[in-house]
Amino acid sequence: MSDELLSIRELDAHYGDFQALYGLDMSVNPGEVIAIIGANGAGKSPLMRSISGLLANRAEQIVYRGAPIGGLRADQVAHLGIALVPEGRQLFPSLTVEENLVLGAKVGRTGPWSLDKVYDLFPILRERRGQASTSLSGGQQQMVAIGRALMANPELVLFDEISLGLAPVVIKTIYDALPGIVGAGLTAMIVEQDISKALSVASRVYCLQEGRVSLQGRTDAITREEITAAYFGVDA
Amino acid sequence: MTGPRVTRATRASRIAMVLGAVTLIVLAAAPWWAGRADLRLMGEIFLYLSLACLWNLMAGYAGLVSVGQQAFVGFGGYMLFALTIFGGLHPVVAIAGGGVLAALISVPIATLIFRLKGAYFAIGTWVMAEVFRLAFAQIQALGGGSGTSLPVAIVKEIGRKKAMRESVSYWLALGAVLCVLLAVYVFLRSRRGLALTAIRDSEVAASGLGIDIWRTKLEVYVVTSALTAVIGGLIFLQKLRISPDAAFSVNDWTAFVIFIVVIGGIGTLEGPIIGTLIFFALRETLADFGTIYLMVLGLVAIVVMLKAPKGVWGLIRDRFDIELFPLSYRVHHPKD
Repeated sequence: MSDELLSIRELDAHYGDFQALYGLDMSVNPGEVIAIIGANGAGKSPLMRSISGLLANRAEQIVYRGAPIGGLRADQVAHLGIALVPEGRQLFPSLTVEENLVLGAKVGRTGPWSLDKVYDLFPILRERRGQASTSLSGGQQQMVAIGRALMANPELVLFDEISLGLAPVVIKTIYDALPGIVGAGLTAMIVEQDISKALSVASRVYCLQEGRVSLQGRTDAITREEITAAYFGVDA
Repeated sequence: MTGPRVTRATRASRIAMVLGAVTLIVLAAAPWWAGRADLRLMGEIFLYLSLACLWNLMAGYAGLVSVGQQAFVGFGGYMLFALTIFGGLHPVVAIAGGGVLAALISVPIATLIFRLKGAYFAIGTWVMAEVFRLAFAQIQALGGGSGTSLPVAIVKEIGRKKAMRESVSYWLALGAVLCVLLAVYVFLRSRRGLALTAIRDSEVAASGLGIDIWRTKLEVYVVTSALTAVIGGLIFLQKLRISPDAAFSVNDWTAFVIFIVVIGGIGTLEGPIIGTLIFFALRETLADFGTIYLMVLGLVAIVVMLKAPKGVWGLIRDRFDIELFPLSYRVHHPKD
């Protein structure tokens, strides 16, 4: 039996009549940081939504710790230790920063992450903890979204479009914090359009194009030209 | 150096708590200072406020916009009559029993209507209430379509003298609104309340955090249905007579309640209180003008929805930044 944390087998995903993923195969080992790159519409978000249970799939298409989870609801997947940092943050506007974070711990899993640890990781959130989450800047909101996911003490964190719409200085702050997050024993999948950023933290990369894997491999073994070709679907 | 301080209570909420306690004492003593008509009116206000708070919890927080809550008002009323007449229970026990039975019956109803979304859900709840009305109209033992009255012997279990009965009915209504307000407030301050607010804000993000949306909504539906049935029992304990049309009236038990919540401010705890006061002020002022009263109600609803979609309380809160029931946190930064 393999020691894969997550394996995806011939995954198809649909939005109504539109097919977003075509027979995708993927594997993630414990402790790895996987970058998922690809142009708009390549299928990155449907992949994240499928793994986290927001898109329904056949049970055996997604296997986590040897158990088929493709048919589970999002809340059931969250209880297994898979946390999603969703695209667009999706904070709860009626709630404060701290209430957003506390809700992350709703799954009741124990582990290294607590409110204090999240505040240590992003000290600005400690100052803003009583403020409405929507009164924060985009970067601070992304910190809340990441902190909220960590509060669940997950084994696998899915970062969907982690730097989308953020200023470069904020993106740097977020990426500077990532080693501290994955260093705590987490496995991470990072969906990113900024290829350089993604490759700087990932050990392996999957490039998607039109719902299919166009390239995969270790980040230190793939050339920039190969990635460009796979990303845009042209010859290098 | 002193860091920022985070609190929930505000100056306004502390003043509101003191005023609320004083008001409660004054209201509890009403049978000694108020006339019979006033006592009856205040009892009715408390029961409408309870219905409004419960509908607000369901629609304003859980996103379950039901136009069929009259099903549970009527069910609670009929259970009061059935359990006292045929079960021999004391009326107060029968009202509580009606609440428990409503909770039980609301589970299969929820399983059915939760398959519907948005407007279809609203219509589904109305259809369900009509099914209740037609079903109870078939029960001849409870008077069929023309209804029945509570036997004198059962009425006297509340109190031997009429004044005592009216006082007990009033206290029960006051106790009910207090329990409903407290229950909703405590629930919304709890982690479950937090989860409910999260669901209202973003179902996708909430489910991604492990919140079982279906179950959370079911819990709210069951609890509000049970408490609505209890309020229904108290309403018909005041009226002493029940019929299917009165018990399952969409106008009396849902349309007016929606008016109260929308006018006051949906999704706030203060909204139903303000809305109830406005509704009864309009009703008592315009009741003599017949249908004009209903037309004015409609006009007020349209104007408020267009000019102040967050209701009267929303206007007050935005202007003065106050909260009488503190649910959210506030940060106080030190001056230096």
